[in-house]
Amino acid sequence: MQEIRTLDQLPVGGGATVTGLDCSGAQRRRMLDLGFIPGSSVRALQESPWGDPVAYGIRGAVIALRREDAHHIAISGK
Amino acid sequence: MTDNAYVIALAGNPNVGKSTVFNRLTSLHQHTGNWPGKTVASARGAFTYRGESYTVVDLPGTYSLLSRSAEEEIARDFLCSGAADVTLVVADATCLERNLNLVLQVLERTHPVVLCVNLMDEAEKKGIQVDLAALQDALGIPVVGTAARGGRGLEALQAALFDAVHRPLPPPPPPVAYPDLTGLSPQEREDAVASAIVRRAEALAAAAVAVPPEAQRRDRRLDRLLTSRATGIPVMMLLLGLVFWITIAGANAPSAFLSSRLFALQEPLRSLLAAAGLPPSFQSALVDGVYRTVAWVVSVMLPPMAIFFPLFTLLEDAGYLPRVAFNLDHLFRCAGAHGRQSLTMCMGFGCNACGVMGCRIIDSPRERLIAILTNSLVPCNGRFPTLIAILTIFFSAAGGGSLLSALLLLLTVVLSVLLTLLASWLLSKTVLRGAPSAFSLELPPYRRPQIGQVIVRSVLDRTLFVLGRAVAVAAPAGLLLWCLANIAPGGVSLLARCGAFLDPLGRLMGLDGMVLAAFLLGLPANEIVIPILLMGYLSSGMLTSYAGLGELRSILLANGWTWHTAVCMVLFTLFHFPCGTTCLTIRRETGSVKWTLLAIALPLLSGVVLCTAANLLLSLLPF
Repeated sequence: MQEIRTLDQLPVGGGATVTGLDCSGAQRRRMLDLGFIPGSSVRALQESPWGDPVAYGIRGAVIALRREDAHHIAISGK
Repeated sequence: MTDNAYVIALAGNPNVGKSTVFNRLTSLHQHTGNWPGKTVASARGAFTYRGESYTVVDLPGTYSLLSRSAEEEIARDFLCSGAADVTLVVADATCLERNLNLVLQVLERTHPVVLCVNLMDEAEKKGIQVDLAALQDALGIPVVGTAARGGRGLEALQAALFDAVHRPLPPPPPPVAYPDLTGLSPQEREDAVASAIVRRAEALAAAAVAVPPEAQRRDRRLDRLLTSRATGIPVMMLLLGLVFWITIAGANAPSAFLSSRLFALQEPLRSLLAAAGLPPSFQSALVDGVYRTVAWVVSVMLPPMAIFFPLFTLLEDAGYLPRVAFNLDHLFRCAGAHGRQSLTMCMGFGCNACGVMGCRIIDSPRERLIAILTNSLVPCNGRFPTLIAILTIFFSAAGGGSLLSALLLLLTVVLSVLLTLLASWLLSKTVLRGAPSAFSLELPPYRRPQIGQVIVRSVLDRTLFVLGRAVAVAAPAGLLLWCLANIAPGGVSLLARCGAFLDPLGRLMGLDGMVLAAFLLGLPANEIVIPILLMGYLSSGMLTSYAGLGELRSILLANGWTWHTAVCMVLFTLFHFPCGTTCLTIRRETGSVKWTLLAIALPLLSGVVLCTAANLLLSLLPF
């Protein structure tokens, strides 16, 4: 089984821990503000009807990200 | 009075009931919906407490003060300017950890600060317990729990604000302890700062908030129904169709009632004016021009609006709009547009000018322009009554019933969304080339809308406001029209001349010159297109009296309308030029005549092409 490394690969219903961000500038800033910092636990809650974007549970809030943006968030499964 | 008033800056995350707190404090009744990004500029209001006046500045909702988006800059600059005597931060009790992030950043920048933990009623329903006293001790600032929609806790909030300006607590210790930042790269430093704030918020929330594991269960269940692959889109269509059906079915009877009553007053009014000694031409100008146009606008617009607005507001307040954005985002991404464009498009269904203004929530200039240029491709409230009237008269009155009208209206809305996507895609492939920028969309907790309040608010504020504006436009327009229809050099009225001039183009598009003239003259407001059209038709001597929606059909039929004409009319109502207000708004928002002209040309050309194509295709049909 392939190891899950980035948030876009996390299947719906699965949980993981954020390990880092692979983006810079305003986008990185925004992700940090949303609580995507190393150690945060994140859960994939719901796919939209087209499979993209996906809604994630992060720090008590529900945030939808497009897969290409979720790809910049590194995670480790748990 | 405002000169020596205390200034309260109102800050908070988007979608935490900040605007409700603002309205409650200042007794304003501005409508607020439950979705992020609706406050794009700062509003001001005032209230008096214990004989002293306070000015409240409602800052745009922000998640943070560290980023560089337009909203955050406005909020940050105001807070750092020291213009406020006290800063009131509104936080969502059901999602406190995330809200504390902003609270900590505000605390680092200004003093005194009062924290309002709002939506306590929602938190209780979910079994979430918030220890306000513990939070107050940990932060060192006054903390007040409120349920602003029901007015709970607002008295205590005013008292806390009073104390904060008169007997402020000593400045709290630095709210966040940062690690040593020396020797770090700018990015590492940014990471360290953001992480320290998030961790501090986490610790504070862990100490003061108890969230039962099943707190979000109901929301997730609803999300599965409203946004999943199998049910998301069908349920969305069903909801929209249902709203349309209730609107159309419910508006029929009151519309007929209003028009019969209002038009019955026409002759008594004429006699009254005659008795007052006004010459016949003045009587006619006032009765056939001003009164008739206003009566049309009231009887045809008021009932559907009084039903549509509350229904739409219920969905909005419950938190459904962000789910619509979530459902549609993929399509917008494929069109090269920003995810938030689906939100500004939804605003456009209410009012295109508001939708264009709402595009400020899109940071990237390229994607913002796409959203602005395509906004008027969706029908606004001024156009819904026209669409409903035409669809009802030509399709459902002939036996289909209001369910058929609702289905057809749904179809026209789907068509307008498809054209929005197509136009966005074309723009992003040509003049506004580029890749979609990153975006995140919060799906806020669902909230039970307060039905009584929604009805009162949306009828009193929104409906009457929009109606008032329509009447204010309709009255002088009616007068102008009457003049155009009655000033007849050479025996042919100016309106008829105008119609005759436009007739070849109108015929090509399956319409006629008078329809095009009505749209041109209806530039100030889409609501008055039908009354203008009627006046144009009536002035040519076909019929002398007009008494309501039922007769609209016979007037149109007498002027050669068929259901083909109706189809083209629906298309052109959907796609023509933006109304005058929207054009001015586009000019202001883009600061460019060139883009404004493109925003006019885009829907206009779409309409001309679609109408012409529809006309050609329909003429091939044997019926």
